[in-house]
Amino acid sequence: MNYIFGFLIIISIIAGALNGRLQEVVNAVMDGAELSVKVAFSLIGIMAFWLGMMKIAQKSGIINWISKILKPITKILFNEIPSNSPAVGDIAMNFTANAFGLSNAATPFGIKAMEELQKENKNKKSASNSMCLFLGMNTAGFQLIPTTVLAVLVSIGYKNPTEIIAPTLIVTSIAFLSAIVLSKIFQKFYPAQNIESGAENE
Amino acid sequence: MSKILNIISLWALPVLLLWILIAGMIKKVPIYEEFTDGAKDGFKVAVNIIPYLVAIIVGISMLRASGAIDMLAQILTPILTKIHFPADVLPLTIVRSLSGSAALGVFSDIANSLGPDNYATKLAAVMVGSSETTFYVLAVYFGAVKISKYRYSLFVGLLADLIGIIAAIFVCQWLFA
Repeated sequence: MNYIFGFLIIISIIAGALNGRLQEVVNAVMDGAELSVKVAFSLIGIMAFWLGMMKIAQKSGIINWISKILKPITKILFNEIPSNSPAVGDIAMNFTANAFGLSNAATPFGIKAMEELQKENKNKKSASNSMCLFLGMNTAGFQLIPTTVLAVLVSIGYKNPTEIIAPTLIVTSIAFLSAIVLSKIFQKFYPAQNIESGAENE
Repeated sequence: MSKILNIISLWALPVLLLWILIAGMIKKVPIYEEFTDGAKDGFKVAVNIIPYLVAIIVGISMLRASGAIDMLAQILTPILTKIHFPADVLPLTIVRSLSGSAALGVFSDIANSLGPDNYATKLAAVMVGSSETTFYVLAVYFGAVKISKYRYSLFVGLLADLIGIIAAIFVCQWLFA
């Protein structure tokens, strides 16, 4: 990540100078910084709401129930965490919310899952295998119905917008499965215990 | 088919809320107290994310403002036209992993300027609908637990994005071309 962060900024300045857009690049620093705080603060309310709902769901046994149903899958995927870990339920809730396009709810569930995975993590600065796998599953963005895209298509007068759903589902499933397979392959090449020696920089 | 899907997306959230609250009441959970207790963490989580979001969003905003993405698109265009990949969609393939709002902006732009019958609109729709913004997810999820060493996860996220792009091209050519 150190390289990527440095690379992003250096490339931007060089490309900005070449294109005569240096002023825009400078402005982007201010705008970007402001935008990130806006994004974070806009999350507070919805995050609080779903974390509150999550607490009720936990106390009433819903999360336990969902994690029991998904246990055969999570047991294989997240084999490094104990199967009675609260992370399993949070991961299941995150996946369910994502699948139904409730990304507002999925993010707090996902963060909750990360917090639980962090408790099992030995090196608190470095992501564990389970955390990397869970992140990979989320970056692939598995979703049954792409609601925002459908809204745009409807707005331009697309005759049959739902014809987009099947191909999108095929593509997102492929990306989702490859994220899982790739995570499982790459964890062998990046052993977690080596990270403390400083051999890692990603 | 489309009617059923609309009903599902309309009812997904209300059903989830009803389910949680009714189950809580049946199990005699003090729902108001548990809700406020859980909600307390909302602020803390959002504040934890800020440093990670600033790093990623500033970097990406700078990159977009610099015109580097358009430069890369120009270099790649001759190669892509050979494989019948519409040049209009190219910026989307790059922006998609970087910024969700930018990806949606590029997609709306393609849809509005090329119209509903254009192949590029369909391909762009599938590409946007099938992915999540890798950099944003990374910053938010790892930022919330203060993880700064991402190991292979960024690489896996971007590789899965690339596989998604290739899959979108094949599926759309098969269905729509």
